[in-house]
Amino acid sequence: MTARHPLQFVPAEEFKARTRAATDDAHLRQSFRSAMDFLMAKRAAQFPDDSALQRQRETAEAIRRYSLARLPELLEQLERRLTANGVHVHWAENGDEANAIIIDIARRHSAKLMVKGKSMVSEETELNHAMEAAGIDALESDMGEYIVQLDGEKPSHIIMPAIHKTKQQIARLFAEKVPGVSYTESVDALIGIGRAVLREKFMQADIGLSGVNFAVAETGTLCLVENEGNGRMCTTVPRVHVAITGIEKVVEKLEHVPPLYGLLTRSATGQAITTYFNMISGPRKPDEQDGPEEVHLVLLDNNRSQAYADEQMRATLQCIRCGACMNHCPVYTRIGGHAYGTTYPGPIGEIISPHMMGLAATHALPTASSLCGACAEVCPVKIPIPDLLIRLRGEATHDAPAGRAPLLGQGAAKSRLMDAVWAGWAALYTRPALYRAFAWLATRFRALTPPVQSGWTASRTPLRPAPRSLREQLAERRRAHR
Amino acid sequence: MSARDRILGRLRAAAPRTAPAAPDVHTLYEALHRPTSRTERVARFCAQMTGWRGEIVRVTHANWVDTLRGLCAAKGVNSLLYGPRGVHGEALAAAGLSVLRPYDRPVDTWKEELFERIDAGFTSTRGAIAETGTLIVWPDAAEPRLLSLVPPIHFALLDAGRIHDTLFDAICAEGWGSAGGTALPTNALLVSGPSKTADIQQTLAYGAHGPKELVILLLDETPAEAGTDPATPTTEARP
Repeated sequence: MTARHPLQFVPAEEFKARTRAATDDAHLRQSFRSAMDFLMAKRAAQFPDDSALQRQRETAEAIRRYSLARLPELLEQLERRLTANGVHVHWAENGDEANAIIIDIARRHSAKLMVKGKSMVSEETELNHAMEAAGIDALESDMGEYIVQLDGEKPSHIIMPAIHKTKQQIARLFAEKVPGVSYTESVDALIGIGRAVLREKFMQADIGLSGVNFAVAETGTLCLVENEGNGRMCTTVPRVHVAITGIEKVVEKLEHVPPLYGLLTRSATGQAITTYFNMISGPRKPDEQDGPEEVHLVLLDNNRSQAYADEQMRATLQCIRCGACMNHCPVYTRIGGHAYGTTYPGPIGEIISPHMMGLAATHALPTASSLCGACAEVCPVKIPIPDLLIRLRGEATHDAPAGRAPLLGQGAAKSRLMDAVWAGWAALYTRPALYRAFAWLATRFRALTPPVQSGWTASRTPLRPAPRSLREQLAERRRAHR
Repeated sequence: MSARDRILGRLRAAAPRTAPAAPDVHTLYEALHRPTSRTERVARFCAQMTGWRGEIVRVTHANWVDTLRGLCAAKGVNSLLYGPRGVHGEALAAAGLSVLRPYDRPVDTWKEELFERIDAGFTSTRGAIAETGTLIVWPDAAEPRLLSLVPPIHFALLDAGRIHDTLFDAICAEGWGSAGGTALPTNALLVSGPSKTADIQQTLAYGAHGPKELVILLLDETPAEAGTDPATPTTEARP
């Protein structure tokens, strides 16, 4: 990547320029190509029986659709149960509100250090920067997240945050940034260095933060999926645990979790299960020796309710964040996660970011797809991603239909020129006489076709009408055969 | 109006009038998994857990404490943390293991010692899952949560008769969190092998933050059958 400034300051509008920089970076492309090939092969090996996979996807989709259809009541039930279990529940309209809630909790405990388990929602709210501004250190403890934070970067993949880095880059980074560490390319040694640094921090931290993979309404349980154990450290060692999640993560019953969990890990990294599945139903009880004394849950909307309000776009919220759509996306594989400039990259990012950030900033994202359909084919909860991409392209270039509230940034990509071109096209193709006259002129004056045709000729040969139209050629052939 | 009321208000206004039928998870699991015999379950559990690099040692009621003593000596364990009020606490204490350290006070009073001077932790298990090679660990007041996380080696005693086919079977059979079933503890855990990561160039490394080794003492009075030799590692389930 050419951009060395923190990614959150890169506006999403610059997407197209960044894709060029990314495709020119041979090392970056090699990193992503090999990582995506690896992840695709691992996933495929987990699903040898396609009919079984389809049954699982149908059940998973049914669970997510059922949960979303009952979302308001399930959220209330979750809140009731968690409160009864001794967990404090907070609601936030947007990232700033969520951060303010967390900073307030930290201040009440005079916290100096927060250790963080992996949470994409906290990336969404830019929590680390807000904490820093409030004078509280926020340290990422997932190995990949720790590495990207150490280098002042953001994750480039939602499951494997440091996937864009080689071990040589990480070796140099550690030697440079971690006191007393010399250069080593041994992965075991590098992980050992991270382990030693972070275990020290788990001991010292006043607050632990985590995301949530599934929130179970009936039991008031927060489920966390991880391999490393840092999530368990963050939610067990410090005196206060704050979990943050989007409002869509709730399911009704514990028995709805196994099909989703089974598909999540197999789709994400090709693992049948992760090392740890952590089910948290409350703070430390008076007779218990460890666990946090206080547990908080922050429920974040951040305009998810806009997607929820539309029957078709509601499917966006079925997502369980496995990342399979990125792993299989030919565009993501070529440009990498940073080029998108959004918290969630790849196909899922292209359909969720327009709600969170508005179409004015993100209208280019839904166009970053060949509509090949691979994302929808591998999605474990069957989100029709290509349909939603087409839908958002339309919303970006048109006003909202009468009677419907406009989306955030509705019509941001509208262009008078494009509207005029389409109006002209429609006129030509609905009037046969006009069409024939146009075809005659275009073929006779083809020599006048401009050699430079805006974006088209940047990487393609110019479009030029044929010497004769198809209609004329057929007529000639008929005459010749007579 | 609070953020809560505004968010819920918007969702209620937009929620579909009729919800789809409740998802039928039972039918899915009936179609995908045939119930297995105890022997098959034990064999599958061992194969899968070995794939996650969990070490399986078969023991009996009569010899598990001595086996544990031998394993501690072999692995150079000088301090073995355990819950004295746990189900096996008395048996361990009675055996007079010199390395035993009780976890009997709040973590806040001895965090540094726990992190830096304990070599291994011992826990009981509630059961296990054959399909994925997974332990079900339910910490409580007697066996605290960090026993299975902070020490570099985790020893877990598992009764072979408590292995379920799938996670779904375990939840249903024991009625986790349902009315009339078993109430969930403050922190319930599924553990499949030692802590690991592949965050550096997709290269697998063990002992990321938690235990570097997971040793399962498999309590099974029935003789092991052919094909279940835990000494033969399987690679099919490697992450």
